[in-house]
Amino acid sequence: MTAATTKTQQEQWMVENQVFQIFDLFADLPRNAKSALVELQRDNHLEYLTKGLKRLDPSFCVLDANRPWLCYWILHSIALLGDYVEHEVEDNVVDFLSCCQDPNGGYGGGPGQLPHLATTYAAVNALITVGGERSLSSINREKVYMFLKRMKQPSGAFRMHDAGEIDVRACYTAISVASVLNILDDELVQNVGDYILSCQTYEGGISGEPGAEAHGGYTFCGFATMILINEVNRLDLAGLLDWVAFRQGREGGFQGRTNKLVDSCYSFWQGGAFALLQRLHAILDEQLANYAPQTGVASDISGGEESSDGTQVDDKTCHFKLGGMNASCPVNLNSIGYNFVKQPVEMEALYQRWALQQYILLCAQDMDGGLKDKPGKRRDFYHTCYSLSGLSLSQHSWSQDEDSAPLPNAVMGPYANLLERTHPLFNVVLDQYYEAQEFFDTP
Amino acid sequence: MESDEVEEMRWVPLSKRPEWSDVTPVPQDDGPNPVVPIDYKPDFAETMDYFRAIYVADERSSRALNLTAEAISFNPGNYTVWYFRRLVLEALDIDLQVELDYIDNIAKNNSKNYQIWHHRRWVAEKLGTDAADKELEFTKKILSADAKHYHAWSHRQWVLLALGGWEDELDYCRELLEADIFNNSAWNQRYFVITRSPLLGGLEAMRESEVSYTVEAILAHPENESPWRYLRGLYKGNTQSWVNDHQVSLLCLRVLNAKSNFVFALSTLLDLLCHGLQPSQEAKDVVAALEMSGTDEPDSDLATSICFILEHVDPIRANYWRWRKSKLPHAT
Repeated sequence: MTAATTKTQQEQWMVENQVFQIFDLFADLPRNAKSALVELQRDNHLEYLTKGLKRLDPSFCVLDANRPWLCYWILHSIALLGDYVEHEVEDNVVDFLSCCQDPNGGYGGGPGQLPHLATTYAAVNALITVGGERSLSSINREKVYMFLKRMKQPSGAFRMHDAGEIDVRACYTAISVASVLNILDDELVQNVGDYILSCQTYEGGISGEPGAEAHGGYTFCGFATMILINEVNRLDLAGLLDWVAFRQGREGGFQGRTNKLVDSCYSFWQGGAFALLQRLHAILDEQLANYAPQTGVASDISGGEESSDGTQVDDKTCHFKLGGMNASCPVNLNSIGYNFVKQPVEMEALYQRWALQQYILLCAQDMDGGLKDKPGKRRDFYHTCYSLSGLSLSQHSWSQDEDSAPLPNAVMGPYANLLERTHPLFNVVLDQYYEAQEFFDTP
Repeated sequence: MESDEVEEMRWVPLSKRPEWSDVTPVPQDDGPNPVVPIDYKPDFAETMDYFRAIYVADERSSRALNLTAEAISFNPGNYTVWYFRRLVLEALDIDLQVELDYIDNIAKNNSKNYQIWHHRRWVAEKLGTDAADKELEFTKKILSADAKHYHAWSHRQWVLLALGGWEDELDYCRELLEADIFNNSAWNQRYFVITRSPLLGGLEAMRESEVSYTVEAILAHPENESPWRYLRGLYKGNTQSWVNDHQVSLLCLRVLNAKSNFVFALSTLLDLLCHGLQPSQEAKDVVAALEMSGTDEPDSDLATSICFILEHVDPIRANYWRWRKSKLPHAT
């Protein structure tokens, strides 16, 4: 006798029905129609994006404290599509973001607003995406550093803004900005690892705050941050991998949490975790080797030998193995982002890349341009940005190194669907990242 | 008349309000050719112009307080307005119980908003332990509409840790799980309670009763990922006891014998084997009974066989299972 179905089950079945209806329709189409449907609607998306850059209707007043985000979501999407904005518009972006820059450092959600870590992250990434001397030099790095220091908490974590909330997202935005601007130092890094470690849950994923539920967005933020501060070996990577592997559903896309619904934005947050893991196979192997059943003592990676306050009793020496690098040499924190993408990938991405691309192309594209969470939802710039970012990672995940273009079988649909490559830690287009890296290389 | 129109009619421009006549509004400085410019409605623009004026002047008065409420009603995501509101509340030493009522009202339509929750936390912290009951009620209300609301759960956890109120929490989890055994947030909260409640004995002490509870949940719905992860979590910090606890492996075999919804049973068994479980003959037989033709190699060890089966019955994770197979101890 079956009990009544629960809300979770009902909602899941509804989404699956919608998605499989789309897939079934697609499967029955003749070849030509199939090709059309699985095409990335570049022109439509670009039109949606460029229009948004020029004008947003009154309903956007609820994003009036998020305008650097709107810049980043739009500009990054355009860059992923391999396109450009007019020179004049680029200048306008730089000028506008300068209006959002606080004299005491950092960027607010709009001119005159309090500086905020998330909008600082968005502004910096947007300016890097624009690129060029004028854009990059507009960032007052000394002041940004002072702002980051001010947001730093004794616990190791960061506050989003003066007297603002503390969470893993704040840690990521702070560390990412510091790293990409070449201003990351021991003071900023201190104890961040402890805080993030305390956010890895019993499920294997990472939560926003200690005790909360494992969540895709925070998992990416925590994971990327640990890499950037050279402490990723402290995470239970096998546990994280197992959790994130189970976040991909029959729909092909990813859910944000266990037993929740697929959402295209997790194509990046969850899909991104796989891109990061691909370059950590040495540490992953080392952790797996520590399961050591033959010694009769299974050493716990995540929770074993916990000290009374719950922190890891791990030594904090550098044992971050990158390619052939010596395990115990001191690491230049600011080179991590660069070295991470430069090293060749030695293992495949452990999710179903084709299935993810199918979900994005068939279920997340809006007929009028832009991308959306799932069928039935409205398009928006956030989902456009993160669906395309996830799609890019997926297309490029086969490639051994950045110089070899993806093979045709890595790209679902016409080869013209291929997007530009994005940096899996910062999520800016790689070419733009390299330019910024060189520019900020001066102390 | 539409209610929107009535609202607009009632709204009096600030420039027409005598109590604001001494203030010069400060327009937004977007620069000459802004990007992502929002086509503000006049009421929004004017409200923000006046807010900027008092913000720049740092005027912490009761008209300022009211103005922050107006600004928030247009855009509850404006963290600068919230920040300033807190400064004003402190300066005026306002009764914060009233502030909680204010948040109650606006949270109705805006619950997925970081700022509201952060503000709530700030108020509750100032009110101290007296606020505990009200905060637990408030989050309960939000959760009754959306039992997985991330901010609500975070806030509830903070309330318990900072202000107390643990007495009924395990029961509350049970209630939610009875309503929806697939609610992973409720499982997560359960874990939070059994590991952190000062009224309970901690993970080790709670393990036995929790294992029973979880096993029952798994048997009712073996396809439910939440209790499987929860079960593993009950042995966190003590992998040996997880490997050695017969209940766990027996549970896997029981689910496998039923021959349906056995992905998690198989993956749990695989994990146990990787951590040193010596498989019984029964385990080998049960797995052998599952094998489809073409998926097995003769003389495969149990872990390898399980990986083969998982590649076939859980194809979305085929790459992962293939990788797991390649990482098995004997595999070189």
